[in-house]
Amino acid sequence: MKSEILDMVLESIATKRAVVLATNLESGEQRLLGRGDGDDDDERANVSTALRLDKPVTTGPDESRRIFYQPFNPPLRMVLVGAVHIAQPLSTMAVLAGYEVTIVDPRSAFAAEARFPGVALDLSWPDQALESLGLDARSAVVTLTHDPKLDDPALHVALRSDAFFIGCLGSKKTHATRLKRLRKAGFTDAELERIKGPVGLPIGSRSPSEIAVSVLAQVIETLRKP
Amino acid sequence: MSDQSETEVLLAARQWKAAGHRVALATVVKTWGSSPRPAGSHLAVRDDSHFLGSVSGGCVEGRVVEEALGVMKTGEPKLVEFGVSNDEAWEVGLACGGRVEIFVEAIE
Repeated sequence: MKSEILDMVLESIATKRAVVLATNLESGEQRLLGRGDGDDDDERANVSTALRLDKPVTTGPDESRRIFYQPFNPPLRMVLVGAVHIAQPLSTMAVLAGYEVTIVDPRSAFAAEARFPGVALDLSWPDQALESLGLDARSAVVTLTHDPKLDDPALHVALRSDAFFIGCLGSKKTHATRLKRLRKAGFTDAELERIKGPVGLPIGSRSPSEIAVSVLAQVIETLRKP
Repeated sequence: MSDQSETEVLLAARQWKAAGHRVALATVVKTWGSSPRPAGSHLAVRDDSHFLGSVSGGCVEGRVVEEALGVMKTGEPKLVEFGVSNDEAWEVGLACGGRVEIFVEAIE
């Protein structure tokens, strides 16, 4: 690999630009391709598949023409609505799992730097915050406040986005009333099926840290086993 | 696929190169059956055998480092394949029963 290629890969990662490194496994020759780049339709399809599945694609059984397409996608993001107790372990664990975390909460007593050292905090109203974050297919949103005033505006934005995961903390009962409110607001049942509620895999979690494990596990499951 | 730890491996490769070391990069290209690290996983190797990252659960890293040292000398990239280990023969391989193909290249 030429140093210039390595520099370009690292530059793309730093600037959050999706690229694919195409390596000829015979000659070692390499090219860096963006979405839509490629010598022909087959190659453009390989580039787009590698980026979409976030998984390398290798072409052809013919040894001499094998090309390895390795995607470098922008980082996964997790937006937590509610700077509550569970957000503390969940934000830490999500960072370890490779997510860029933003915690949204307009209540300054909750969203305090001292409670979340080193985590990005957004104190604007949740719908504004989520709009400006620009949720994409590599974003997960989890609402944690239990307060419709804060959770619902976030869900309105999340449900209209490509976010791969939308989850809501709360009991079955609060989730049922949440769905009722969202239906009233005009969302269809099909749209509301995207919401995981109550969020988290059923592993019998009790403490905030254990609940964070179950939530993160469900996010991972949704991403990797769609 | 640019999760943090993979990025760290690439950053280390660049840093070592800039510090005047010879450096090689090993990348998992293909896996069969159960194997611990998915395609796209990286191992960066320095000319003093120091390495970062992983291409298996620790089963074949030793051999990959040897291959990497060879590739640094020749400059020719190489595809290497590892299969199931044979405990009795002390062969290098994967205890899990999987097979893995690894591309090893020098950073030039």
